[in-house]
Amino acid sequence: MSSIIHGAGAATALSTFNPVDSKKLTNLSVRSQRYIVAGSEASKKKSFGSALTVRHSQKLIPNAVATKEADTSTSTGHELLLFEALQEGLEEEMDRDANVCVMGEDVGHYGGSYKVTKGLADKFGDLRVLDTPICENAFTGMAIGAAMTGLRPVIEGMNMGFLLLAFNQISNNCGMLHYTSGGQFTIPVVIRGPGGVGRQLGAEHSQRLESYFQSIPGIQMVACSTPYNAKGLMKAAIRSENPVILFEHVLLYNLKEKIPDEDYICNLEEAEMVRPGEHITILTYSRMRYHVMQAAKTLVNKGYDPEVIDIRSLKPFDLHTIGNSVKKTHRVLIVEECMRTGGIGASLTAAINENFHDYLDAPVMCLSSQDVPTPYAGTLEEWTVVQPAQIVTAVEQLCQ
Amino acid sequence: MALSRLSSRSNTFLKPAITALHSPIRRHVSTDTSPITIETAVPFTSHLCESPSRSVETSSEEILAFFRDMAQMRRMEIAADSLYKAKLIRGFCHLYDGQEALAVGMEAAITKKDAIITSYRDHCTFIGRGGKLVDAFSELMGRKTGCSHGKGGSMHFYKKDASFYGGHGIVGAQIPLGCGLAFAQKYNKDEAVTFVLYGDGAANQGQLFEALNIAALWDLPAILVCENNHYGMGTATWRSAKSPAYFKRGDYVPGLKVDGMDALAVKQACKFAKEHALKNGPIILEMDTYRYHGHSMSDPGSTYRTRDEISGVRQVRDPIERVRKLLLSHDIATEKELKDMEKEIRKEVDDAVAQAKESPVPDSSELFTNMYVKDCGVESFGADRKDLKVTLP
Repeated sequence: MSSIIHGAGAATALSTFNPVDSKKLTNLSVRSQRYIVAGSEASKKKSFGSALTVRHSQKLIPNAVATKEADTSTSTGHELLLFEALQEGLEEEMDRDANVCVMGEDVGHYGGSYKVTKGLADKFGDLRVLDTPICENAFTGMAIGAAMTGLRPVIEGMNMGFLLLAFNQISNNCGMLHYTSGGQFTIPVVIRGPGGVGRQLGAEHSQRLESYFQSIPGIQMVACSTPYNAKGLMKAAIRSENPVILFEHVLLYNLKEKIPDEDYICNLEEAEMVRPGEHITILTYSRMRYHVMQAAKTLVNKGYDPEVIDIRSLKPFDLHTIGNSVKKTHRVLIVEECMRTGGIGASLTAAINENFHDYLDAPVMCLSSQDVPTPYAGTLEEWTVVQPAQIVTAVEQLCQ
Repeated sequence: MALSRLSSRSNTFLKPAITALHSPIRRHVSTDTSPITIETAVPFTSHLCESPSRSVETSSEEILAFFRDMAQMRRMEIAADSLYKAKLIRGFCHLYDGQEALAVGMEAAITKKDAIITSYRDHCTFIGRGGKLVDAFSELMGRKTGCSHGKGGSMHFYKKDASFYGGHGIVGAQIPLGCGLAFAQKYNKDEAVTFVLYGDGAANQGQLFEALNIAALWDLPAILVCENNHYGMGTATWRSAKSPAYFKRGDYVPGLKVDGMDALAVKQACKFAKEHALKNGPIILEMDTYRYHGHSMSDPGSTYRTRDEISGVRQVRDPIERVRKLLLSHDIATEKELKDMEKEIRKEVDDAVAQAKESPVPDSSELFTNMYVKDCGVESFGADRKDLKVTLP
C-alpha cells in the first residue's frame, strides 16, 4: 500500500502552465506565452478585442488534431477507448505523485461504473482508491479537507447529477477557500464524472451541471471530447493547483483513437481547433462536437466552409482562440448540450457580444437543448438535444 | 469586566512565598511546573467507552496560563462587541465569551500538529492556536493586515502553520472537511488527530452522520466535538433535537459528555479522546457550555432565554471565575496579581485594537488576487471594463 509521501518537493514541481515544461507538447508553450503578452500590452488598450491586434502578427497555430496525426511518423502511438485514456492519465499521475488519490462510489473494487478506475485499486491499494458510501456531500467535503493539507484527491461523481448534493461543498469550500483564507490554502482537487444526455437514462440522470457550476468563483471547468484531450486534460487537471471540474460525457466513453505514447498534457484554458474554415465559427464542446462534425460534412457538400472549435475550457473561456476565429469569419454559431436558459452557451454568447461585437456580421446564434427535463421516450429525447440537421439549417440561415 | 465575585478566604493568603509570582504578564510566567491533581466538579458521562478519570494532572503554570488565555479571549470578545457597535466591524460577528474553557482546555491537551476546524464562532479558537490579537482585529475590521488579508472576515479565520483550518460560515459544512483532514493525517501517517468542532444546531445536519459513518468505517483519527451551548441561534435544544444527548448520537461511535465550562475537564477529555482516536477511530465529545452573547451581534440573546438564566450561569459556571478560585485556593496567585494581570490583558487588547484601527484597507487590486493559484495570466476587468483592471499573475 503505497501511501508514502515524497514530501513537499513533489508537489511544488507540478506546474501545468510552465512554458519550459519538458513534456512533449505540440502547441502548448507558444499558446501559454500569449497570455502573458496580452497582460502587458493591454494596459494601454481599452478593450480585449483591440489587445488581440498586437498579437495578430503571430501565426495561428493549426489545429491540434491535424498536428497530432502528422506526428505518426515519429512514434507509433497506441489506440484506445476514451475511458481507457482517462484511466491511463489517472494511473500515470498516481504513479508520478503519491499524493494523488481517488474517491468515489464503487471506484475501487468494482472498478468504476464506467470503468475509468478499473484496476487501480488492485495496483494502489484501498487507501489510495477509496470506495465511499453514498454520501456525495460528505466525501466531496472530505476530499476538499484533505486537499487543504496537500493531498490531491480526484473525486468521482458516479453521474455528475449526483454532485448537486455536494453543491455546498463545491461552491463554498472548494471554490472559495483559497480566497477567503487569503491564499493560505490551495485546493488541488479534481472533480470528474459523466454527465450529459445519454440513451434514455431519464431526466435525473441526464443533467448538464456545467451550467450550474459556471458562476462559482475560484474553480475551473473543462470538458473532454476525444481520447487525446481526455487523457491530456485529466493529467493537467490533477497537476493544477486549482480545483478543476472535468466534465465527461456518458456517450463518449467508447470512442476510439490513437494517442501518443509519450507523456503529454493539454492546456486547461485552451480551446481546440477541430476544423479550420472561413465562413462561420461553430463553437461547441463535448458530445455536440460530433453532431457538429457530422453537420460539417453535409455543409461542406453544400459548399460551406465552417470553422469548428471545441472550446474545451468552459471556465474560463478561451477568448483568444475564439476571438481570432470570429475576426476571421464574422459569424458565430454555438452548439451546446446545456439548456437554453443560463447555460454555457448563454454565457458564451454574452462574452462574444461584449468583446467582439465589432467583428460580427450577424447576431450570435446559440443552439441548445430544450428547457425541459429530459424525457425517457427515445423520440422525445432526440428532440431535446440539438441534431445535425438543425445545425445545418442554422448555418445556412446565418450565412445568407 | 467587573468580575468581583471572589471566594472569601483568598485575601489572607498574601505570603512572601508567592512574591516570586508577582511578575508582569509579558515575562513567561515562571511558576511551578510540579504536578497538582485537581478533581473535576462534574463527572464524565460516557457512551460505548470508559470515562477518563476525574483527577486531572495539571500544574500551577498551566492553571495560570488558562486564566491568562481565557481572560485575553474574554477581553477580545468584549472589545469586538464594542467595535461592532461602533460599526467598525460589519456583517456577522459571532462571539465566544462563556465558551473560552473549550479553546484553552483543548490546546492544553494537543500539539500544533493536531488539526482543529470549527464553525463561524472562531475568534477564540484562532487565538488559542497562536493567532495574534492584532491579526484578529485587523481581519474583523477588514484590513489588509488581517489573517486572511481582509477577504475572509469574522467567519473565516485560518492559520495554516498552526493547523487551524478555520472558520466556516455554513453550518455543518466543516464536518466533512474535518474528516478529510483526519483522512490526510492517516494517509500521511502523521500520528496526529483532528478536532472537528460543531454546534448543537449543526448536530442535526445529515452531513454529520455521513461523515461519522465514513470516519468510523475508515478508522479516521477524527474527534468530533459538539459545542453544546444549548441554543441553535434562537432555538433551544429541546425544540430542535429529538435526542439532545449529542454524545450518544453517534450510535456505534463512542461518546463522552464533558462539562465544557471547566477547562481542566476539557483538557482531560481531549487528552483521552486523542489517545482513543489514534488507536480506535472517531469519538464524539459533547461539551456542555454556554454563550453569554446572543448567536451573533444582531441577536440580543434575550428573546429566547431569560436574563436570569444568563446571569445565573455567569455566577455559577463562569470558566474564568472557576480558574480564579482555583488559583486563589491553591495559593498560586493573589487576588491583586490576578487583577493586575487582567489590567495588563486589557491594555494588550486595547493596544491591538488601536494598532488594527491604524492598519490599511486592502487596495483594489486585491479584489482579484488569490482567486486561482498562479492565476494563469488571465485579464480581469471591473464592471465598467475601463478603470478597475488587473492582470492575474
